[in-house]
Amino acid sequence: MIGIRSWGIYVPFWRLDLGCVRKGLKGERAVANFDEDSLTMGVAAGINCLHKIDRGSVDGLFFASTTFPYKEKQASVTAATALDLNTDNLLTADFGNSLRSGTTALQAAYNAVVAGTAKQILVIASDMRIPMSGSDLERELGDGAAAFLISSVEPNVKIRDGFSVADEILDVWRTDEDRVVRSWEERFNLDQGYFRVLPKAVSGLLQKNKMTIKDLSIAVLYGPNKRRHAEMGKRLGLTPEQLEPSLFGIVGDTGAASTMMMLASALDKAESGEVILAASYGNGADALLFEVESKTEPRPGIQAYIESGNVLQDYMRYLHWRGLIERVTGRRRPPIPSPSASCIWREADQNIRFYASKCGQCGTIQYPPNRICHDCKAKDEFESYRLSDKKAELNTFTEDYATPNPDPPLVLAVIDFNGGGRTSLYMTDKGGKELSIGMTVEMTFRKLFTTEGIHNYTWKCRPVRFSGEI
Amino acid sequence: MESIKDRVAIIGMGCTKFGEHWDKSFYDLVIDSCYQAFDDAGIEPSDVQAAWIGTNNGYHRGTGLIPLHLDNIPITRVENACATGTDAMRNAAYAVAAGIYDIVLVSGVEKTKDYGFSGLPVSPPSYPEMAMSQTRPAVPMPSQFALMANKYFHHYGIDPKEGKRAMAKISVKNHHNGTLNPLAHMRREVTIEKVLKAPMIAKPLGLLDCCGVSDGAAAVILTRPEIAEKYRDDYILIKGLGVACGDEYAQTRPEFDWTHWKENIVASGRAYEEAGITNPREQVDVAEVHDCFTINELVTYEDLGFSQRGKAIEDIDSGFFELDGGLPVNPDGGLKSFGHPIGASGIRMVYEIYLQLRGKAGPRQVSDAKVGLIHNIGGWPGAFTSAIGIFGRREH
Repeated sequence: MIGIRSWGIYVPFWRLDLGCVRKGLKGERAVANFDEDSLTMGVAAGINCLHKIDRGSVDGLFFASTTFPYKEKQASVTAATALDLNTDNLLTADFGNSLRSGTTALQAAYNAVVAGTAKQILVIASDMRIPMSGSDLERELGDGAAAFLISSVEPNVKIRDGFSVADEILDVWRTDEDRVVRSWEERFNLDQGYFRVLPKAVSGLLQKNKMTIKDLSIAVLYGPNKRRHAEMGKRLGLTPEQLEPSLFGIVGDTGAASTMMMLASALDKAESGEVILAASYGNGADALLFEVESKTEPRPGIQAYIESGNVLQDYMRYLHWRGLIERVTGRRRPPIPSPSASCIWREADQNIRFYASKCGQCGTIQYPPNRICHDCKAKDEFESYRLSDKKAELNTFTEDYATPNPDPPLVLAVIDFNGGGRTSLYMTDKGGKELSIGMTVEMTFRKLFTTEGIHNYTWKCRPVRFSGEI
Repeated sequence: MESIKDRVAIIGMGCTKFGEHWDKSFYDLVIDSCYQAFDDAGIEPSDVQAAWIGTNNGYHRGTGLIPLHLDNIPITRVENACATGTDAMRNAAYAVAAGIYDIVLVSGVEKTKDYGFSGLPVSPPSYPEMAMSQTRPAVPMPSQFALMANKYFHHYGIDPKEGKRAMAKISVKNHHNGTLNPLAHMRREVTIEKVLKAPMIAKPLGLLDCCGVSDGAAAVILTRPEIAEKYRDDYILIKGLGVACGDEYAQTRPEFDWTHWKENIVASGRAYEEAGITNPREQVDVAEVHDCFTINELVTYEDLGFSQRGKAIEDIDSGFFELDGGLPVNPDGGLKSFGHPIGASGIRMVYEIYLQLRGKAGPRQVSDAKVGLIHNIGGWPGAFTSAIGIFGRREH
């Protein structure tokens, strides 16, 4: 059997209060922090998904997004490195340019595993689309990610079938130079796009499998907003109980990750034997059919992320994060020079895989990795030791209010890892939390800065988002 | 290893006013400080046989001394972060002690006010690894020292408010001393309340816990004692020098507790040994320490053996380090009043000791100062260069 073995989502710490965007708007939408992008959020979802799974056993990574950090440079490779997968034997691909790229990647992964190309492929969908300031989309779009491990090894959810429709239309789009999302008149988009095309994929899949809508336990449907999502459910003949709730008003439409995040929520709740349909939309539609074989221990879901996040009531700060306004952040010259590509390459194990060195003689864990042990002075005798999955204790810290930081204050932390090793790094997603020496922090993959066309990624720490083992 | 004690004499010094010298270039500061030193020593520029220039972000190699037109003598630039000035002097002193040169010049200079912003760059361009790679987070200086302040208070169970008040007292003391010094940049009294209410920079360090950024230069002429006698009677002698460099232990070794800097202990230990000092609290009469941030002066009291471990605050409260206390520290106003033109600060400290040991410090004169110490530290936690110099009167 081939199917889904594990899944995990990611919702950013911050959710923008829509009331501060425009008077009268209600609800929230998840917004990535200034140091996040689709790649870092995807890595976070991947970490959740690979919980308790040997990273070396994953032999493929497909990454879906419409907001890749680079147009020419594969996000799946950076994600695989950050996730410390075995990149020496790994099938990678980026799936882009459509909000259904997540489900398309999932189908492609399924097909590759069926064909025997790989045994386990991690599929990540992540998006951080920027709505134009003042547009209706400002209420609907959100940032987030989901990841699924498609596997021939111990899958819990069987993938039964898929059906796709391709459809040529300009309803919601960006050119290769647009930063913000464009859209045509809503009536046109709905009548000739969403309402016409998505049902074609759903009925195509059901007919192919000799099923009716009543045979579905749950239907996960992409929707452009809360009202139209509910309307689609009715048009398809779904009962309210059959329709997996949308994420509007709390997370929003997370683009390529939208259907995938809702699917994860549905799977979290699903009992064995349930049949689930997931359908996405974007220049066509994908419909996928799943059957739950065995109940799985749920991963931290939407609710857990919401409870562990915070509400941002500062629209200007959000606009600054997205580069939609220029804001004084203090004068610090010289400006940050471009990082060196050869240094980034040379330091990838240290900075992206977050490897410490573990001395082969005395076992001391040291970060940044040392060639000469700082304790016993053994030379070139160490093994790599992954820190990204370790929790740590806050040894000391400071909150810097003078150094420009788009999410002030800049928090510098010195942390002691559980299992050994100490380092200093930035903290992010502090929110309103009071910090204290001795508190537990966890690692999160973030963007340090972007300059002269180079994104410089790093690991930061953050207060733990979920208590207990995740 | 041999000791430097009594092998090198200071026969002349110069020091510019520190401040925002919008009308002066790096070269102007060099000329003003060095010619003051030549005049003070009673030598001609042509008497200088070799020169060292200490500058952190200034001119590369010896080019900072070009305006002196020193006729092809060897000039070496020393860069050792905020300890640059002291380390330039140390290298020059060793060359003199070795007998290679008879009279040398050490110039410490920094021109910081042309950067276009207040404060120092997050990662100065002279840190090649960071400037080239830029792959790792840069950390501003106030934050580096704030890490220690938080942990020091936590370690000794000191109420953070109490700790902040103790740091404020250091600021108040140094600012007071600075009012007595015409060369200081910021010459105004501050109160504890004012320090406590100053804008937060890096918690718990407020604006008045941090030193300013200034332009400035200082220069010193070194020779051997037998030659010094020809120039003046009241030359002073180097009694001990110590430099120690850390390997980033603070942020890499979990056993480090943030209550001290090892570099200070090693560097001062070496200097004390050379100078024959076994009880610094009693034997040092006056000290200039690196008060870039008030917490650093506080911890330095303990690292240098002026206060017992964890007891610095008791000595602060008793006024032990004030001008009329048992061991006046930073009588010239320190970095708090002078600001910190990086390469100049160490030589500026020597200048104050040079005045104090010769009874020339005017209203801030420490009575009967025979032994003076300077402490100059640069870098970041666990990766500091700590430089110590101990000086004595000729007869001492």
